[in-house]
Amino acid sequence: MDKKLLMRGSQVIGEAAIRAGCRFYAGYPITPQNALPEFMSGAMAKLEDGTFIQAESELAAINMVLGASMAGARAMTSSSSPGISLKQEGISFLAASELPAVIVNTMRGGPGLGNIAPSQGDYFQATRGGGHGDYRTIVLAPAYGQELADLTRKAFEYADRYRTPVMILADGMMSQMMEPVIFPDPLNPSELPSKPWVLDGADERPSRIIKSLILNPMAMEEHNWKLTRKYEIISKEIAAVETYMAEDAELVVVAYGTAARVAKGGIKKAREMGLKVGLLRPVTLWPFPGSVIREMSRSVKDFFVFEMNTGQMLDDVKLSLEGKSHVHFHGRPGGIIPTPDEISRAISRLYYRRHLEEDL
Amino acid sequence: MEKVVFKKPKYMKEVPFHYCPGCGHSIIHRLVAEAIEELAIGEKTIGVPPAGCAVLAYDYFDVDMGEAPHGRGAAVATGIKRTLPDRIVFSYQGDGDIAAIGTAETIHAANRGENITVIFVNNNCYGMTGGQMAPTTLLDQNSTTTPGGRDKNRDGSPIDLSEMLAITRGAVYIERTAVNSVKNIRKTKKAITKAFKVQMAGLGFSLVEILSPCPTNWKMSPIDACRRIDEDVAQTFPLKVIKDETS
Repeated sequence: MDKKLLMRGSQVIGEAAIRAGCRFYAGYPITPQNALPEFMSGAMAKLEDGTFIQAESELAAINMVLGASMAGARAMTSSSSPGISLKQEGISFLAASELPAVIVNTMRGGPGLGNIAPSQGDYFQATRGGGHGDYRTIVLAPAYGQELADLTRKAFEYADRYRTPVMILADGMMSQMMEPVIFPDPLNPSELPSKPWVLDGADERPSRIIKSLILNPMAMEEHNWKLTRKYEIISKEIAAVETYMAEDAELVVVAYGTAARVAKGGIKKAREMGLKVGLLRPVTLWPFPGSVIREMSRSVKDFFVFEMNTGQMLDDVKLSLEGKSHVHFHGRPGGIIPTPDEISRAISRLYYRRHLEEDL
Repeated sequence: MEKVVFKKPKYMKEVPFHYCPGCGHSIIHRLVAEAIEELAIGEKTIGVPPAGCAVLAYDYFDVDMGEAPHGRGAAVATGIKRTLPDRIVFSYQGDGDIAAIGTAETIHAANRGENITVIFVNNNCYGMTGGQMAPTTLLDQNSTTTPGGRDKNRDGSPIDLSEMLAITRGAVYIERTAVNSVKNIRKTKKAITKAFKVQMAGLGFSLVEILSPCPTNWKMSPIDACRRIDEDVAQTFPLKVIKDETS
């Protein structure tokens, strides 16, 4: 275990990736995540077996990752919202070909070119697959510097374990904020579990094919069901949440990433005023921790969804609750980061109104 | 005493080709497999098939094969080669794949001097999708999207991708050949072998562009299609060594 370091979010992801055994990175410059490829260029150059490529495009970068993954490397690419849209072709091919890879999205304001301020507008794109076809991507949503390190390690583990692309969904604030971090011990790539499917030359074994073209509809359907069964296993195994002051809460804020950090401040203030409010923070956005929310609805009257968008995770909260509790929404799209005061005002207004209704 | 004078190359599977009668892919597949066998690199070769008629190349080559999305062969091959630098990596791409949707990936792989080999099969059309205009379709050539013939003002002129690649500093060896005659097939085999040797020596980017008949979409007999390559196609795309910095 190393000592505590003060590092910028992007660099935390980079250092954690290297320590997870990532030896291949390809990317294309886009703000606000440039500190990550810059870090990777230096870090890979220090390693004998490390590759950094500044690709000519987002498409090239994700497809270089596809090739590196076929060849067995722990491979990563990163970008920000408009660039992630361009990578969707490759992500779909990774999912279809059952190849591991880690993709970091530092979300910025959108749609279109939008702006370079922190946002959460890519929730739908990330959790619904994003590219064409019937697939899912594991989506991890870090909210603290330490979690950037821990979830980056997990992202590579999940990618290899399930042979599927994993997205780390951060935003401009997570990637640029400096926070103290303790990194896990570095892994040696040669000591990672072997991958009996890689393309490394058919020496003393039959030749292998990695592909996504399945012309026979019956075989394609079976492949779709095979992927679906895998997604069901992933859903059972890795869904994760953090709760904060939620034990006796009558009102629970559901927020992830930077929004959850802000919400925590608002909840703390509301608690100081004597309000029974708490936080549920999904750490995995896909699989969505729906069963935790459903379980909470036994005692929680109101769920207050707060996102830095116009209401996307909101759908998943409603689907999870199946109408069992009241769901409210507070959104700030376009790159606005609200203050904890704004959140505490919004939740206390809702909280008091609920009590007023009950008293009448 | 019987003597074997002709046999299936070692690195081709026992699978019948799906290609149309008179298509050049079958010949080119065989030449690539022969070159791999003669250079004794089959156990360390990884191929990257394209989207297009040759997408099923992974069913024919008996080496490791990893499918690339349409046009991304050079990027996928780059990822494989950089991860396993002592393996031999080739991409196999058609003219629509490499010279339209994959132009950027190809030019930048060449410019970086990626130590990969590209087999570029040019049949002047999108074969698998039914014979639409490709970037390499000749002027006045009929296609399903240039019904009156390719018009320079409306559709642009055929693209000289190999010549474009030759001016990149990382490209080491680029040759254009054809598979329309015994003589040209032999030359193509030599060029493919040389391209692999360039990679084995670690010299950089190598590419062989092969003019290939497409009787189905050219709406010709196989013999006429072979004749067309000499009479028309090679007039626009001359058969020659375009760049050779090996010596």
